[in-house]
Amino acid sequence: MLPDERTTPSGEHPVRVEEDLLSARHAVRAAAVAAGFSIVDQTKIVTAASELVRNAYIHGGGGTMTVESVRDSGGRRGIRLQVRDEGPGIADVEQAMTDGFSTGAGLGHGLGGTRRLVDDFDLDTEPGRGTTVTVVRWKP
Amino acid sequence: MNAGLPILRLGDILLGGLLSDLDDKTALAFTDELTARIANEGIRGVIVDISRLEIIDSFVARVLMQLAGTGRLLGTRMIVAGMRPAVALTLTELGLQLTGVRTALNAEQAMELLGWRRPVEAAEEAPHAS
Amino acid sequence: MLGTDDSQVRTVLARVLEEDRSALARDWAGPEAGDGSHELRREAAELLAALRNAVTGTLPVSRIVDQDPAVRDALTSLSERRARAGAQPSATAMAILALKRTMLGAIERHTDDSALRYRAALLANELLDSAGVLTFEVYSAGRERIIREQHNQMLELSTPVVRLWRHVLAVPLIGTLDSARTQVVMNSLLESIQANEARVAIIDITGVPTVDTAVAHHLLQTVSAVRLMGAECVISGIRPSIAQTITQLGIDLSHIVTRGSLADALATAMQLLGDSARPVTG
Repeated sequence: MLPDERTTPSGEHPVRVEEDLLSARHAVRAAAVAAGFSIVDQTKIVTAASELVRNAYIHGGGGTMTVESVRDSGGRRGIRLQVRDEGPGIADVEQAMTDGFSTGAGLGHGLGGTRRLVDDFDLDTEPGRGTTVTVVRWKP
Repeated sequence: MNAGLPILRLGDILLGGLLSDLDDKTALAFTDELTARIANEGIRGVIVDISRLEIIDSFVARVLMQLAGTGRLLGTRMIVAGMRPAVALTLTELGLQLTGVRTALNAEQAMELLGWRRPVEAAEEAPHAS
Repeated sequence: MLGTDDSQVRTVLARVLEEDRSALARDWAGPEAGDGSHELRREAAELLAALRNAVTGTLPVSRIVDQDPAVRDALTSLSERRARAGAQPSATAMAILALKRTMLGAIERHTDDSALRYRAALLANELLDSAGVLTFEVYSAGRERIIREQHNQMLELSTPVVRLWRHVLAVPLIGTLDSARTQVVMNSLLESIQANEARVAIIDITGVPTVDTAVAHHLLQTVSAVRLMGAECVISGIRPSIAQTITQLGIDLSHIVTRGSLADALATAMQLLGDSARPVTG
Protein backbone atom coordinates (compact mmCIF):
# COMPACT_ATOMS: atom_id res chain seq x y z
CA MET A 1 0.00 0.00 0.00
CA LEU A 2 2.04 2.91 1.27
CA PRO A 3 5.16 1.11 2.49
CA ASP A 4 7.83 3.60 3.26
CA GLU A 5 6.27 5.70 5.95
CA ARG A 6 7.07 6.03 9.58
CA THR A 7 4.65 7.73 11.89
CA THR A 8 4.62 9.72 15.09
CA PRO A 9 1.74 9.59 17.57
CA SER A 10 -1.49 10.25 15.70
CA GLY A 11 -4.68 12.18 16.22
CA GLU A 12 -8.01 10.46 15.81
CA HIS A 13 -11.06 12.57 15.19
CA PRO A 14 -14.67 11.47 15.11
CA VAL A 15 -16.77 12.54 12.16
CA ARG A 16 -20.29 12.22 13.51
CA VAL A 17 -21.91 15.64 13.60
CA GLU A 18 -21.57 18.73 11.48
CA GLU A 19 -19.25 20.46 13.96
CA ASP A 20 -16.80 17.59 13.53
CA LEU A 21 -16.18 18.69 9.94
CA LEU A 22 -14.88 21.95 11.31
CA SER A 23 -12.64 20.42 13.96
CA ALA A 24 -11.29 17.97 11.42
CA ARG A 25 -10.22 20.83 9.15
CA HIS A 26 -8.60 22.66 12.04
CA ALA A 27 -6.72 19.54 13.10
CA VAL A 28 -5.34 18.99 9.61
CA ARG A 29 -4.40 22.65 9.32
CA ALA A 30 -2.52 22.45 12.62
CA ALA A 31 -0.69 19.31 11.56
CA ALA A 32 0.30 20.86 8.24
CA VAL A 33 1.59 23.98 9.97
CA ALA A 34 3.57 21.86 12.42
CA ALA A 35 5.09 19.93 9.52
CA GLY A 36 6.29 23.18 8.02
CA PHE A 37 4.05 23.17 4.94
CA SER A 38 3.74 26.40 2.94
CA ILE A 39 0.38 28.18 2.99
CA VAL A 40 -0.43 26.82 -0.44
CA ASP A 41 0.39 23.24 0.51
CA GLN A 42 -1.56 23.63 3.75
CA THR A 43 -4.56 24.80 1.77
CA LYS A 44 -4.33 21.83 -0.54
CA ILE A 45 -4.22 19.18 2.17
CA VAL A 46 -6.95 20.88 4.23
CA THR A 47 -9.17 21.06 1.15
CA ALA A 48 -8.59 17.35 0.51
CA ALA A 49 -9.43 16.61 4.15
CA SER A 50 -12.60 18.66 3.91
CA GLU A 51 -13.76 16.60 0.93
CA LEU A 52 -12.98 13.28 2.58
CA VAL A 53 -14.68 13.97 5.89
CA ARG A 54 -17.68 15.47 4.20
CA ASN A 55 -18.02 12.29 2.15
CA ALA A 56 -17.82 10.17 5.28
CA TYR A 57 -20.40 12.38 6.96
CA ILE A 58 -22.86 12.56 4.08
CA HIS A 59 -22.42 9.23 2.31
CA GLY A 60 -20.85 7.07 4.95
CA GLY A 61 -23.12 7.70 7.88
CA GLY A 62 -20.27 9.19 9.86
CA GLY A 63 -16.80 7.84 10.57
CA THR A 64 -13.34 8.67 11.86
CA MET A 65 -10.41 10.70 10.58
CA THR A 66 -6.82 10.10 11.57
CA VAL A 67 -4.12 12.67 10.86
CA GLU A 68 -0.46 11.86 11.29
CA SER A 69 2.88 13.40 10.57
CA VAL A 70 5.03 10.97 8.61
CA ARG A 71 8.52 10.60 7.18
CA ASP A 72 9.52 8.53 4.19
CA SER A 73 12.70 6.52 3.74
CA GLY A 74 14.45 9.61 2.39
CA GLY A 75 13.54 11.66 5.44
CA ARG A 76 10.93 13.70 3.61
CA ARG A 77 8.12 14.97 5.84
CA GLY A 78 4.46 14.58 5.04
CA ILE A 79 0.91 14.53 6.34
CA ARG A 80 -1.06 11.32 6.17
CA LEU A 81 -4.85 11.34 6.43
CA GLN A 82 -7.08 8.35 6.76
CA VAL A 83 -10.84 8.69 6.73
CA ARG A 84 -12.85 5.57 7.56
CA ASP A 85 -16.57 5.05 7.54
CA GLU A 86 -18.78 2.03 8.03
CA GLY A 87 -21.32 3.14 5.51
CA PRO A 88 -22.67 1.40 2.44
CA GLY A 89 -19.35 1.43 0.60
CA ILE A 90 -18.93 2.70 -2.94
CA ALA A 91 -20.50 0.52 -5.60
CA ASP A 92 -19.25 2.40 -8.65
CA VAL A 93 -15.70 3.50 -7.95
CA GLU A 94 -15.20 5.02 -11.37
CA GLN A 95 -18.24 7.22 -10.94
CA ALA A 96 -17.09 8.22 -7.50
CA MET A 97 -13.73 9.31 -8.84
CA THR A 98 -15.39 11.87 -11.09
CA ASP A 99 -15.35 15.43 -9.93
CA GLY A 100 -17.88 16.45 -7.37
CA PHE A 101 -16.48 19.87 -8.11
CA SER A 102 -17.54 20.28 -11.67
CA THR A 103 -20.69 18.16 -11.61
CA GLY A 104 -22.88 20.89 -10.21
CA ALA A 105 -25.88 18.61 -10.19
CA GLY A 106 -25.33 15.55 -8.01
CA LEU A 107 -23.46 15.63 -4.76
CA GLY A 108 -20.77 13.32 -6.14
CA HIS A 109 -17.88 12.00 -4.14
CA GLY A 110 -15.34 14.40 -5.59
CA LEU A 111 -12.59 11.86 -5.09
CA GLY A 112 -11.01 12.65 -8.44
CA GLY A 113 -10.37 16.21 -7.39
CA THR A 114 -9.09 15.12 -4.01
CA ARG A 115 -6.69 12.77 -5.69
CA ARG A 116 -5.16 15.65 -7.62
CA LEU A 117 -4.44 17.49 -4.39
CA VAL A 118 -2.40 14.72 -2.81
CA ASP A 119 0.66 12.67 -3.70
CA ASP A 120 -0.37 9.21 -2.52
CA PHE A 121 -3.97 8.05 -2.71
CA ASP A 122 -5.55 4.76 -1.68
CA LEU A 123 -9.24 3.88 -1.80
CA ASP A 124 -10.42 0.76 -0.02
CA THR A 125 -14.11 0.14 -0.40
CA GLU A 126 -16.72 -2.51 -1.03
CA PRO A 127 -20.50 -2.39 -1.00
CA GLY A 128 -21.59 -3.31 2.52
CA ARG A 129 -18.11 -2.95 3.97
CA GLY A 130 -17.65 0.78 4.31
CA THR A 131 -14.95 2.96 2.86
CA THR A 132 -11.43 3.90 3.87
CA VAL A 133 -9.53 6.57 2.01
CA THR A 134 -5.86 7.10 2.82
CA VAL A 135 -3.91 10.01 1.39
CA VAL A 136 -0.47 11.49 1.88
CA ARG A 137 0.85 14.88 0.87
CA TRP A 138 4.62 15.26 1.05
CA LYS A 139 6.53 18.42 1.73
CA PRO A 140 8.43 19.14 -1.50
CA MET B 1 -26.69 28.99 17.40
CA ASN B 2 -25.61 30.87 14.33
CA ALA B 3 -26.77 34.42 13.78
CA GLY B 4 -27.27 34.63 10.01
CA LEU B 5 -24.48 36.05 7.87
CA PRO B 6 -24.98 39.82 7.54
CA ILE B 7 -26.02 41.21 4.18
CA LEU B 8 -25.62 44.92 3.48
CA ARG B 9 -27.35 46.97 0.86
CA LEU B 10 -25.75 49.79 -1.13
CA GLY B 11 -28.22 51.29 -3.55
CA ASP B 12 -29.39 48.39 -5.70
CA ILE B 13 -26.40 46.23 -4.79
CA LEU B 14 -26.25 43.65 -2.02
CA LEU B 15 -22.98 42.88 -0.30
CA GLY B 16 -22.53 39.75 1.81
CA GLY B 17 -19.61 37.74 3.06
CA LEU B 18 -18.90 34.08 3.71
CA LEU B 19 -17.05 33.07 6.84
CA SER B 20 -14.55 30.27 7.18
CA ASP B 21 -16.72 27.95 9.20
CA LEU B 22 -19.56 27.63 6.77
CA ASP B 23 -22.05 24.88 7.55
CA ASP B 24 -25.06 23.67 5.60
CA LYS B 25 -27.60 25.57 7.65
CA THR B 26 -25.79 28.90 7.42
CA ALA B 27 -25.18 28.50 3.69
CA LEU B 28 -28.83 27.72 3.11
CA ALA B 29 -30.01 30.69 5.19
CA PHE B 30 -27.60 32.97 3.34
CA THR B 31 -28.76 31.76 -0.06
CA ASP B 32 -32.41 32.03 0.89
CA GLU B 33 -32.10 35.55 2.20
CA LEU B 34 -30.11 36.75 -0.80
CA THR B 35 -32.58 35.23 -3.22
CA ALA B 36 -35.58 36.73 -1.43
CA ARG B 37 -34.04 40.18 -1.28
CA ILE B 38 -32.94 40.09 -4.92
CA ALA B 39 -36.52 39.43 -5.90
CA ASN B 40 -38.16 41.84 -3.46
CA GLU B 41 -35.83 44.81 -3.49
CA GLY B 42 -35.06 45.19 -7.18
CA ILE B 43 -31.42 44.24 -6.78
CA ARG B 44 -29.26 44.29 -9.86
CA GLY B 45 -25.93 43.27 -8.38
CA VAL B 46 -24.69 40.98 -5.62
CA ILE B 47 -21.18 40.86 -4.22
CA VAL B 48 -20.16 37.83 -2.17
CA ASP B 49 -16.96 38.50 -0.29
CA ILE B 50 -14.88 35.35 0.18
CA SER B 51 -11.73 36.96 1.55
CA ARG B 52 -12.21 35.14 4.87
CA LEU B 53 -12.38 31.70 3.25
CA GLU B 54 -9.21 29.70 3.84
CA ILE B 55 -10.39 26.89 1.62
CA ILE B 56 -13.04 26.37 -1.03
CA ASP B 57 -14.17 22.74 -1.14
CA SER B 58 -16.82 21.22 -3.40
CA PHE B 59 -19.55 22.25 -0.98
CA VAL B 60 -18.65 25.95 -1.04
CA ALA B 61 -18.01 25.82 -4.78
CA ARG B 62 -21.51 24.45 -5.28
CA VAL B 63 -23.05 27.12 -3.08
CA LEU B 64 -21.32 29.82 -5.12
CA MET B 65 -22.23 28.33 -8.48
CA GLN B 66 -25.85 27.86 -7.46
CA LEU B 67 -26.08 31.40 -6.16
CA ALA B 68 -24.72 32.71 -9.44
CA GLY B 69 -27.17 30.61 -11.39
CA THR B 70 -30.14 31.70 -9.31
CA GLY B 71 -29.07 35.32 -9.53
CA ARG B 72 -28.75 35.15 -13.27
CA LEU B 73 -32.26 33.75 -13.60
CA LEU B 74 -33.49 36.67 -11.53
CA GLY B 75 -31.64 39.14 -13.72
CA THR B 76 -28.89 39.96 -11.22
CA ARG B 77 -25.12 39.98 -11.70
CA MET B 78 -23.23 38.16 -9.02
CA ILE B 79 -19.57 38.74 -8.32
CA VAL B 80 -17.40 36.74 -5.96
CA ALA B 81 -14.68 38.93 -4.49
CA GLY B 82 -11.43 38.47 -2.61
CA MET B 83 -10.29 34.95 -3.34
CA ARG B 84 -7.00 34.24 -1.56
CA PRO B 85 -4.00 33.27 -3.73
CA ALA B 86 -3.61 29.89 -1.98
CA VAL B 87 -7.26 29.11 -2.65
CA ALA B 88 -6.98 30.15 -6.31
CA LEU B 89 -3.92 27.92 -6.70
CA THR B 90 -5.72 24.99 -5.07
CA LEU B 91 -8.82 25.35 -7.24
CA THR B 92 -6.58 25.53 -10.31
CA GLU B 93 -4.84 22.32 -9.32
CA LEU B 94 -8.26 20.74 -8.87
CA GLY B 95 -9.14 21.80 -12.38
CA LEU B 96 -12.14 23.71 -11.11
CA GLN B 97 -13.45 26.52 -13.29
CA LEU B 98 -16.18 27.94 -11.03
CA THR B 99 -18.24 28.27 -14.21
CA GLY B 100 -20.74 31.03 -14.31
CA VAL B 101 -19.14 32.88 -11.44
CA ARG B 102 -17.56 36.25 -12.11
CA THR B 103 -14.69 37.15 -9.81
CA ALA B 104 -13.08 40.36 -8.62
CA LEU B 105 -9.96 41.00 -6.60
CA ASN B 106 -11.82 42.74 -3.81
CA ALA B 107 -15.19 44.27 -2.95
CA GLU B 108 -14.12 47.67 -4.28
CA GLN B 109 -13.25 46.32 -7.72
CA ALA B 110 -16.47 44.35 -7.65
CA MET B 111 -18.40 47.56 -7.05
CA GLU B 112 -16.63 49.18 -10.02
CA LEU B 113 -17.53 46.19 -12.18
CA LEU B 114 -21.15 46.70 -11.23
CA GLY B 115 -20.93 50.27 -12.43
CA TRP B 116 -20.77 51.90 -9.03
CA ARG B 117 -18.77 55.07 -9.22
CA ARG B 118 -17.48 56.93 -6.19
CA PRO B 119 -19.63 59.99 -5.53
CA VAL B 120 -16.86 62.53 -6.39
CA GLU B 121 -19.38 65.29 -6.73
CA ALA B 122 -20.62 64.73 -3.20
CA ALA B 123 -18.98 67.89 -1.90
CA GLU B 124 -20.60 70.03 -4.54
CA GLU B 125 -24.01 68.47 -4.32
CA ALA B 126 -26.78 70.45 -2.71
CA PRO B 127 -28.05 68.88 0.51
CA HIS B 128 -31.11 66.67 0.08
CA ALA B 129 -34.43 68.14 0.93
CA SER B 130 -35.46 66.82 4.32
CA MET C 1 21.82 -14.66 12.42
CA LEU C 2 20.38 -17.66 14.24
CA GLY C 3 20.38 -17.23 17.95
CA THR C 4 21.80 -13.71 18.05
CA ASP C 5 18.50 -12.02 18.53
CA ASP C 6 17.65 -13.42 21.94
CA SER C 7 16.94 -11.57 25.13
CA GLN C 8 20.25 -12.29 26.84
CA VAL C 9 22.17 -10.67 24.02
CA ARG C 10 19.80 -7.75 23.83
CA THR C 11 20.17 -7.27 27.57
CA VAL C 12 23.93 -6.93 27.21
CA LEU C 13 23.53 -4.40 24.44
CA ALA C 14 20.96 -2.47 26.42
CA ARG C 15 23.32 -2.35 29.38
CA VAL C 16 26.15 -1.10 27.23
CA LEU C 17 23.96 1.58 25.72
CA GLU C 18 22.74 2.62 29.14
CA GLU C 19 25.80 2.44 31.35
CA ASP C 20 28.39 3.49 28.81
CA ARG C 21 26.24 6.24 27.41
CA SER C 22 28.55 9.15 28.18
CA ALA C 23 31.66 7.33 27.04
CA LEU C 24 29.94 6.44 23.79
CA ALA C 25 28.72 10.00 23.28
CA ARG C 26 32.16 11.38 24.01
CA ASP C 27 33.75 9.03 21.51
CA TRP C 28 31.16 9.98 18.94
CA ALA C 29 31.77 13.70 19.38
CA GLY C 30 35.48 13.22 20.05
CA PRO C 31 37.36 13.05 16.74
CA GLU C 32 35.28 15.86 15.31
CA ALA C 33 35.41 18.00 18.41
CA GLY C 34 35.54 21.74 18.24
CA ASP C 35 32.71 24.24 18.04
CA GLY C 36 30.17 21.58 17.24
CA SER C 37 31.04 19.07 19.93
CA HIS C 38 28.16 20.10 22.20
CA GLU C 39 25.75 19.59 19.33
CA LEU C 40 27.38 16.30 18.40
CA ARG C 41 27.14 15.04 21.96
CA ARG C 42 23.44 15.88 22.08
CA GLU C 43 22.97 14.15 18.76
CA ALA C 44 24.72 11.05 20.04
CA ALA C 45 22.73 11.06 23.27
CA GLU C 46 19.46 11.16 21.33
CA LEU C 47 20.49 8.29 19.10
CA LEU C 48 21.87 6.16 21.90
CA ALA C 49 18.76 6.65 24.04
CA ALA C 50 16.54 5.69 21.12
CA LEU C 51 18.65 2.62 20.37
CA ARG C 52 18.61 1.57 24.01
CA ASN C 53 14.83 1.78 24.18
CA ALA C 54 14.46 -0.10 20.94
CA VAL C 55 16.81 -2.86 22.02
CA THR C 56 14.81 -3.42 25.22
CA GLY C 57 11.62 -3.48 23.14
CA THR C 58 10.09 -6.23 21.09
CA LEU C 59 11.05 -5.33 17.52
CA PRO C 60 13.48 -7.78 15.93
CA VAL C 61 16.87 -6.08 15.70
CA SER C 62 16.86 -6.40 11.91
CA ARG C 63 13.82 -4.12 11.82
CA ILE C 64 14.69 -1.56 14.46
CA VAL C 65 16.22 1.01 12.13
CA ASP C 66 13.36 0.62 9.65
CA GLN C 67 10.47 0.63 12.01
CA ASP C 68 11.27 2.21 15.35
CA PRO C 69 10.08 5.82 15.07
CA ALA C 70 12.47 7.28 17.63
CA VAL C 71 15.54 5.62 16.12
CA ARG C 72 14.51 6.62 12.64
CA ASP C 73 13.86 10.19 13.68
CA ALA C 74 17.21 10.46 15.44
CA LEU C 75 19.09 9.11 12.44
CA THR C 76 17.12 11.22 10.01
CA SER C 77 17.66 14.48 11.91
CA LEU C 78 21.32 13.73 12.28
CA SER C 79 21.73 13.09 8.56
CA GLU C 80 19.74 16.09 7.49
CA ARG C 81 21.66 18.39 9.78
CA ARG C 82 24.95 17.20 8.33
CA ALA C 83 23.62 17.42 4.78
CA ARG C 84 22.65 21.04 5.37
CA ALA C 85 26.08 21.74 6.81
CA GLY C 86 27.54 20.43 3.54
CA ALA C 87 29.26 17.39 5.00
CA GLN C 88 30.43 14.56 2.75
CA PRO C 89 27.98 11.64 2.56
CA SER C 90 30.56 9.21 3.78
CA ALA C 91 31.29 11.30 6.87
CA THR C 92 27.94 10.53 8.46
CA ALA C 93 28.13 6.85 7.66
CA MET C 94 31.68 6.80 9.02
CA ALA C 95 30.48 8.40 12.23
CA ILE C 96 27.98 5.55 12.68
CA LEU C 97 30.67 2.99 11.99
CA ALA C 98 32.98 4.67 14.47
CA LEU C 99 30.20 4.23 17.00
CA LYS C 100 30.29 0.54 16.17
CA ARG C 101 33.96 0.35 17.11
CA THR C 102 33.29 2.02 20.41
CA MET C 103 30.33 -0.26 21.13
CA LEU C 104 32.30 -3.40 20.43
CA GLY C 105 34.94 -2.23 22.90
CA ALA C 106 32.26 -1.56 25.50
CA ILE C 107 30.66 -4.98 24.95
CA GLU C 108 33.97 -6.64 25.71
CA ARG C 109 34.13 -4.80 29.00
CA HIS C 110 30.64 -5.91 29.95
CA THR C 111 31.02 -9.65 29.67
CA ASP C 112 33.73 -12.30 29.82
CA ASP C 113 31.52 -14.90 28.19
CA SER C 114 33.10 -15.14 24.74
CA ALA C 115 30.06 -16.70 23.10
CA LEU C 116 27.90 -13.89 24.46
CA ARG C 117 30.46 -11.32 23.37
CA TYR C 118 30.47 -12.74 19.90
CA ARG C 119 26.71 -12.76 19.60
CA ALA C 120 26.38 -9.25 21.05
CA ALA C 121 29.00 -8.00 18.62
CA LEU C 122 27.08 -9.52 15.70
CA LEU C 123 23.91 -7.85 16.85
CA ALA C 124 25.53 -4.46 17.32
CA ASN C 125 27.10 -4.88 13.91
CA GLU C 126 23.78 -5.60 12.26
CA LEU C 127 22.09 -2.73 14.02
CA LEU C 128 24.66 -0.11 13.19
CA ASP C 129 25.19 -1.26 9.62
CA SER C 130 21.54 -0.70 8.86
CA ALA C 131 21.77 2.67 10.62
CA GLY C 132 24.67 3.65 8.39
CA VAL C 133 22.74 2.71 5.28
CA LEU C 134 19.78 4.76 6.37
CA THR C 135 21.87 7.85 7.02
CA PHE C 136 23.29 7.59 3.54
CA GLU C 137 19.82 7.34 1.99
CA VAL C 138 18.55 10.27 4.00
CA TYR C 139 21.64 12.27 3.14
CA SER C 140 21.12 11.80 -0.60
CA ALA C 141 17.46 12.64 -0.42
CA GLY C 142 18.25 15.64 1.75
CA ARG C 143 20.86 16.98 -0.70
CA GLU C 144 18.45 16.50 -3.58
CA ARG C 145 15.86 18.50 -1.70
CA ILE C 146 18.32 21.27 -0.99
CA ILE C 147 19.29 21.43 -4.63
CA ARG C 148 15.64 21.60 -5.58
CA GLU C 149 15.00 24.36 -3.06
CA GLN C 150 17.94 26.37 -4.35
CA HIS C 151 16.70 25.78 -7.87
CA ASN C 152 13.29 27.12 -6.90
CA GLN C 153 14.83 30.15 -5.27
CA MET C 154 16.73 30.84 -8.46
CA LEU C 155 13.56 30.42 -10.46
CA GLU C 156 11.87 33.00 -8.29
CA LEU C 157 14.69 35.46 -8.80
CA SER C 158 14.72 34.88 -12.52
CA THR C 159 10.98 35.39 -12.81
CA PRO C 160 10.34 38.93 -11.62
CA VAL C 161 6.88 40.40 -11.67
CA VAL C 162 7.03 43.90 -13.08
CA ARG C 163 4.58 46.73 -12.48
CA LEU C 164 4.10 48.11 -15.97
CA TRP C 165 1.37 50.55 -15.09
CA ARG C 166 -1.11 51.16 -12.35
CA HIS C 167 -3.11 47.93 -12.06
CA VAL C 168 -1.08 46.25 -14.81
CA LEU C 169 1.57 43.64 -14.07
CA ALA C 170 3.89 41.81 -16.45
CA VAL C 171 5.81 38.57 -16.05
CA PRO C 172 8.56 37.89 -18.58
CA LEU C 173 8.99 34.14 -18.74
CA ILE C 174 12.43 33.03 -19.79
CA GLY C 175 13.28 29.43 -20.43
CA THR C 176 11.11 26.35 -20.37
CA LEU C 177 7.84 26.50 -18.52
CA ASP C 178 7.83 23.28 -16.53
CA SER C 179 5.82 22.28 -13.47
CA ALA C 180 8.27 23.71 -10.97
CA ARG C 181 8.58 27.05 -12.67
CA THR C 182 4.82 27.27 -13.17
CA GLN C 183 4.23 26.88 -9.43
CA VAL C 184 6.78 29.60 -8.69
CA VAL C 185 5.34 31.93 -11.32
CA MET C 186 1.75 31.42 -10.23
CA ASN C 187 2.66 32.00 -6.61
CA SER C 188 4.58 35.24 -7.27
CA LEU C 189 2.05 36.50 -9.76
CA LEU C 190 -1.01 35.94 -7.57
CA GLU C 191 0.65 37.50 -4.52
CA SER C 192 1.64 40.45 -6.68
CA ILE C 193 -1.85 40.84 -8.09
CA GLN C 194 -3.20 41.01 -4.57
CA ALA C 195 -0.52 43.40 -3.31
CA ASN C 196 -0.84 45.77 -6.28
CA GLU C 197 -4.59 45.42 -6.81
CA ALA C 198 -3.77 44.61 -10.38
CA ARG C 199 -6.56 44.10 -12.88
CA VAL C 200 -4.46 42.86 -15.79
CA ALA C 201 -1.52 40.46 -15.82
CA ILE C 202 0.57 40.22 -18.97
CA ILE C 203 2.49 37.00 -19.38
CA ASP C 204 5.24 37.48 -21.92
CA ILE C 205 6.49 34.27 -23.47
CA THR C 206 9.05 35.79 -25.86
CA GLY C 207 11.75 34.00 -23.90
CA VAL C 208 10.06 30.61 -23.94
CA PRO C 209 11.78 28.57 -26.67
CA THR C 210 9.05 26.04 -27.43
CA VAL C 211 5.39 25.68 -26.70
CA ASP C 212 4.18 22.11 -26.64
CA THR C 213 1.07 20.66 -25.01
CA ALA C 214 2.73 20.59 -21.58
CA VAL C 215 3.78 24.23 -21.74
CA ALA C 216 0.36 25.22 -23.07
CA HIS C 217 -1.23 23.38 -20.15
CA HIS C 218 0.92 25.30 -17.67
CA LEU C 219 0.06 28.58 -19.34
CA LEU C 220 -3.63 27.77 -19.21
CA GLN C 221 -3.33 26.89 -15.53
CA THR C 222 -1.70 30.23 -14.85
CA VAL C 223 -4.42 32.09 -16.75
CA SER C 224 -7.04 30.15 -14.82
CA ALA C 225 -5.56 31.07 -11.47
CA VAL C 226 -5.24 34.74 -12.42
CA ARG C 227 -8.88 34.83 -13.48
CA LEU C 228 -10.05 33.27 -10.23
CA MET C 229 -8.49 36.24 -8.49
CA GLY C 230 -10.57 38.54 -10.65
CA ALA C 231 -7.83 39.78 -12.94
CA GLU C 232 -7.57 39.40 -16.66
CA CYS C 233 -4.67 37.81 -18.45
CA VAL C 234 -2.98 38.77 -21.69
CA ILE C 235 -0.36 36.51 -23.20
CA SER C 236 2.19 38.34 -25.28
CA GLY C 237 5.24 37.36 -27.26
CA ILE C 238 3.57 34.80 -29.44
CA ARG C 239 5.93 34.49 -32.37
CA PRO C 240 4.53 33.38 -35.75
CA SER C 241 6.26 30.00 -35.43
CA ILE C 242 4.76 29.45 -31.99
CA ALA C 243 1.34 30.48 -33.25
CA GLN C 244 1.66 27.84 -35.96
CA THR C 245 2.76 25.14 -33.53
CA ILE C 246 -0.13 25.89 -31.20
CA THR C 247 -2.63 25.68 -34.03
CA GLN C 248 -1.07 22.48 -35.37
CA LEU C 249 -1.18 20.87 -31.94
CA GLY C 250 -4.87 21.69 -31.80
CA ILE C 251 -4.49 23.64 -28.56
CA ASP C 252 -7.44 25.94 -28.00
CA LEU C 253 -6.43 29.36 -26.78
CA SER C 254 -9.47 31.10 -28.20
CA HIS C 255 -10.74 32.16 -24.79
CA ILE C 256 -7.45 33.87 -23.95
CA VAL C 257 -6.34 37.31 -25.09
CA THR C 258 -3.07 36.99 -26.95
CA ARG C 259 -0.82 39.54 -28.62
CA GLY C 260 2.39 39.32 -30.61
CA SER C 261 4.34 42.00 -28.77
CA LEU C 262 4.54 43.37 -25.25
CA ALA C 263 3.68 46.83 -26.58
CA ASP C 264 0.47 45.54 -28.10
CA ALA C 265 -0.29 43.68 -24.89
CA LEU C 266 0.11 46.86 -22.86
CA ALA C 267 -2.19 48.77 -25.20
CA THR C 268 -4.76 46.00 -24.83
CA ALA C 269 -4.35 46.09 -21.06
CA MET C 270 -5.09 49.83 -21.01
CA GLN C 271 -8.21 49.16 -23.03
CA LEU C 272 -9.27 46.47 -20.61
CA LEU C 273 -8.81 48.86 -17.71
CA GLY C 274 -10.97 51.46 -19.38
CA ASP C 275 -13.65 48.93 -20.25
CA SER C 276 -13.85 47.36 -16.82
CA ALA C 277 -17.63 47.35 -16.84
CA ARG C 278 -17.90 45.42 -20.08
CA PRO C 279 -17.23 41.71 -20.67
CA VAL C 280 -13.85 40.86 -22.18
CA THR C 281 -13.69 39.33 -25.64
CA GLY C 282 -10.60 37.80 -27.28
